[in-house]
Amino acid sequence: MEAKKGWSETFRAAFPHTLPVMTGYLVLSLAYGVLMQSKGYGPLWSTLTSALAYSGSMQYAAVILFAGSFDPLAALVLSITINARYIFCSVGMLNRFSNTGLFKPFLFFALSDESFALASTLDVPEGMDKGRFYFALFLLNYSYWVLGTLAGGLIGQMIKFNTAGLDFALTAMYAALFIDLLGDRSSRISGVIGLVCTVLSLLIFGSGNVVIPAMVLIIIVLVAGRRKIA
Amino acid sequence: MTMTPVQTLITVLALALGTALTRALPPLLFPDGKKHPKIIDELTPLIPPAVIGLLVVYSLKSIDLSSAARWLPELIAISVTAAVHLWRRNMILTIAAGTLVYMLLIQFVFA
Repeated sequence: MEAKKGWSETFRAAFPHTLPVMTGYLVLSLAYGVLMQSKGYGPLWSTLTSALAYSGSMQYAAVILFAGSFDPLAALVLSITINARYIFCSVGMLNRFSNTGLFKPFLFFALSDESFALASTLDVPEGMDKGRFYFALFLLNYSYWVLGTLAGGLIGQMIKFNTAGLDFALTAMYAALFIDLLGDRSSRISGVIGLVCTVLSLLIFGSGNVVIPAMVLIIIVLVAGRRKIA
Repeated sequence: MTMTPVQTLITVLALALGTALTRALPPLLFPDGKKHPKIIDELTPLIPPAVIGLLVVYSLKSIDLSSAARWLPELIAISVTAAVHLWRRNMILTIAAGTLVYMLLIQFVFA
């Protein structure tokens, strides 16, 4: 019986794939920590939020809640609506995360956009345990985010060098992954559907409300065309 | 800090709950082994590519067509990103090139 690859090998296999994510995450989480500090919420609070409610765009949107008066219901509604796309992503991962045993809860818990993108497009290396590989990927990304937040909260206002535009790294990563999808017919069609539906949603509903209409449109088109696309 | 520590903690937990709900609902509704509606199995492989398409557009949503400084750097940087990726198919190279171009553009050219 072939021995399963060890943890060290698993992390060494996963790590290079997380480098693009690391750049974007460290910058954004650092900035988040700094931002929260500027509203009076130090590294304890920002890091706790990053650790428990791990989702960048929502965390940024939620800063306004921290800066205002106590409204837990608004917080709950905000986190559900801004993160609604994860219902979608999560369905998309049901097969990949099947039979990952004890890792499964963490994999779903830590399903950020970037981790989702990696898990959707990477093949598990030969002989490596699927659960371990995804776990390594996701844990690495999660730790960049949490540690970056901690650093940001601690450093506070001291960051001087101009990192403006560094988060384009994430856009570039999505664009590269999208290009890689174009080779496979079914992925190409689905990818273009996602792109076009989101552009339409952006044009009609504006940048503040783009995700939910885009998802609705995508679901309608995918459901209608699923036999033809597969 | 505009809230008390207890209020802040409750807020953080509310954010955590909302986030967890969106991610945990599907595996709770459709656990391994139990029969899923067929449509779920048909959609599951189609969703990830569509979401990547969504993410490309979503990450560019702050583009504003009314002012060149709010769309031209993005257009140039995305073009460079695509070109480098089609040329070399190397993720790190592609991201480094696109990000570098974008940062230079918004910090020095369109500042």
